[in-house]
Amino acid sequence: MAGSGKAHLRTEGDVLLRVEDLVMEFPVGRTGLVVHAVSGISFDVLRGETLGVVGESGCGKSTTGKALMMLPRPTSGSVTFEGEELTSLASNDMRAARTRMQMIFQDPISSLNPRRKVRDIVREPLAIWKRGSTAEQLAKVDALLEEVGIDPQRAAESQAHQFSGGQCQRISIARSLVLDPTLIICDEPVSALDVSVQAQVLNLLEDLKAKHGLTLVFIAHDLAVVKNISDRIQVMYLGKICEVAPSNSLYDSPAHHYTKVLIDSIPVPNPDVAVHQVAIQGEPPSPVMPPPGCRFNPRCPAADIRCKTQEPQLREVGVGHFVACHHPLIGGEAPVDVRPVLAD
Amino acid sequence: MSRQTQASSRQLDGPLLKVTDLRTAFRTDRGLVKSVDGVSFTLDRGKSLGIVGESGSGKTVLSRSIMGLLPKRNTERSGSVVFEGQEIIDLPLKERRKVWGREMSMIFQDPMTSLNPVMRVGKQLTEGLKLHLKMSNDDARATALRLLQDVGIPEPEKRLDQYAFELSGGMRQRIMIALAMSCGPTLLFADEPTTALDVTVQAQILELIGVQRRDRNMSVILVTHDLGVVAGHTDEIAVMYGGKLVEKAPTRVLFANMKMPYTEALLESIPKIEDPSHTRLHVIPGRPPDLVNPPRGCRFSPRCSFVQDRCREEEPPLMTAEHPEHVYACWYPVGSPVHRERTAQLQAEKVGAL
Repeated sequence: MAGSGKAHLRTEGDVLLRVEDLVMEFPVGRTGLVVHAVSGISFDVLRGETLGVVGESGCGKSTTGKALMMLPRPTSGSVTFEGEELTSLASNDMRAARTRMQMIFQDPISSLNPRRKVRDIVREPLAIWKRGSTAEQLAKVDALLEEVGIDPQRAAESQAHQFSGGQCQRISIARSLVLDPTLIICDEPVSALDVSVQAQVLNLLEDLKAKHGLTLVFIAHDLAVVKNISDRIQVMYLGKICEVAPSNSLYDSPAHHYTKVLIDSIPVPNPDVAVHQVAIQGEPPSPVMPPPGCRFNPRCPAADIRCKTQEPQLREVGVGHFVACHHPLIGGEAPVDVRPVLAD
Repeated sequence: MSRQTQASSRQLDGPLLKVTDLRTAFRTDRGLVKSVDGVSFTLDRGKSLGIVGESGSGKTVLSRSIMGLLPKRNTERSGSVVFEGQEIIDLPLKERRKVWGREMSMIFQDPMTSLNPVMRVGKQLTEGLKLHLKMSNDDARATALRLLQDVGIPEPEKRLDQYAFELSGGMRQRIMIALAMSCGPTLLFADEPTTALDVTVQAQILELIGVQRRDRNMSVILVTHDLGVVAGHTDEIAVMYGGKLVEKAPTRVLFANMKMPYTEALLESIPKIEDPSHTRLHVIPGRPPDLVNPPRGCRFSPRCSFVQDRCREEEPPLMTAEHPEHVYACWYPVGSPVHRERTAQLQAEKVGAL
């Protein structure tokens, strides 16, 4: 299967989040079949870093984001956050841990309660955790709303539907910051927004990250967006990691054939740049029966018999640049794995 | 087949579509929302036009007004839409139905909600063929099968008997394209056809629309908010802002020589893949105008970095640039002395801030 291994995990530096062998599987009704949404991935995030996670629909990127929050608990594997193992926490302790890790969702309008005043929505986490007096809570909420560019006065009087999509996303961001978290998981936070508003929200996230000392996990399908905001990017395909690299290095010299396809698919806003011939056909296969060997092999231009039988392991091909491919675009052929082929 | 017969009956001269001073407004409690406010343009046969703008710029309402898809109730529409030499703006519903599908058709943004969830794909595809082209059941099914092959759907025979929910997003959008193409239209509207799709599938779908356009000598109007999408797939681009057309030019001319500060700002707000990460993005401050009470003068003036007093008072008309097919509505376009002076000033402020 495409992309296991832990060669890319770091031992130095202040590791805020470490995920090892994360597996998320969901049963398909009563058929006995299982959706292999995430199949044994490992990664880590340093304090103050932004990790970008990219991939097509169904690659398991959102499932990974939710698994970090134990929504739901992973099938197996470990998630360590600020030195605490989350998978074995009792639900009450997990609730407390979630105040330090928050999430921003894709659809800004439906992730806000339509019947409540916006200022109350942002204040609710403080009320639940009884942090400070009402006056202190309101002062904090108003300061945060101000910071994300929402008029607190208007927020006190209005409901979510009275704001535009971009404004609702700003409100969601304010809500996620109100408990002073260390980690924010952004699940496609700008894909529902216009390009002009998208730029506003991305700049805002960068500013808030610097000001509040945040660590971000930024999940998206748009590589240009992910490159703009991330320090390090992880490319996922069908529940596996294909490639992990510092953002600039990933774009300058992609090692995985799938990463190359993703980069070539981005429309370039310049008519003089020839539109790339579509480098890939079809869509990812079903995660119910993922192909053996490298999971990308049925669509890969470089696939051979080895790719169909043996799963490539992540290995280093550049500084901090790791790829799970037998025939990568940089760094030479993978050494032949002498270990027995694992039965899938 | 019938598709060829229809193609040969088309007149092959003159513009395919001529829109003159088209206005569409909706009556609401707050007042009249002027979504399309005096738009004029022509489109030649076999050409593709991209309509670009933010949410609420009127781009979707414009395409629906041309096609006559808007409900009559609470809608005010005026102006002229001449299609293949015939005025179609006032056609009664019965006549418009003959135009839909056969002459013009539309691909919508969300392929799930645009397909009938309780009708098999094959039935949806053959419905139009039987109605418009008077095909027999067997002919219609054979044609539907070929259409699915044309749009690159694997195992087309099996798909005919499936429902929309059994297919992936990309596959559903291909079905939408097959459906729109089924009666051989001369003009295809694609309203944000790839916004709901992944980048890899987006590339495939745009490519497919392009191939179909060339094969059928069809004109395409591609509506999108992403200048990146239109750059490689259109002959001409029209930029809309606040219900008005603010710039229009052949694609290459537009990208080489943008006149409207709005068009430039729209392009600059796209994150560029070749820029290093953490590059500060250019933003357009504020929000699109309220179409009940649009600002006086140039509608972009409240958000424009290059605004002058005149912009707030007088509305700029469409002016012609160096290229005869390039029009723009701006008093102080990119490259003018005032614009250059202000750019230098903004640069200095930026340096000062650092």
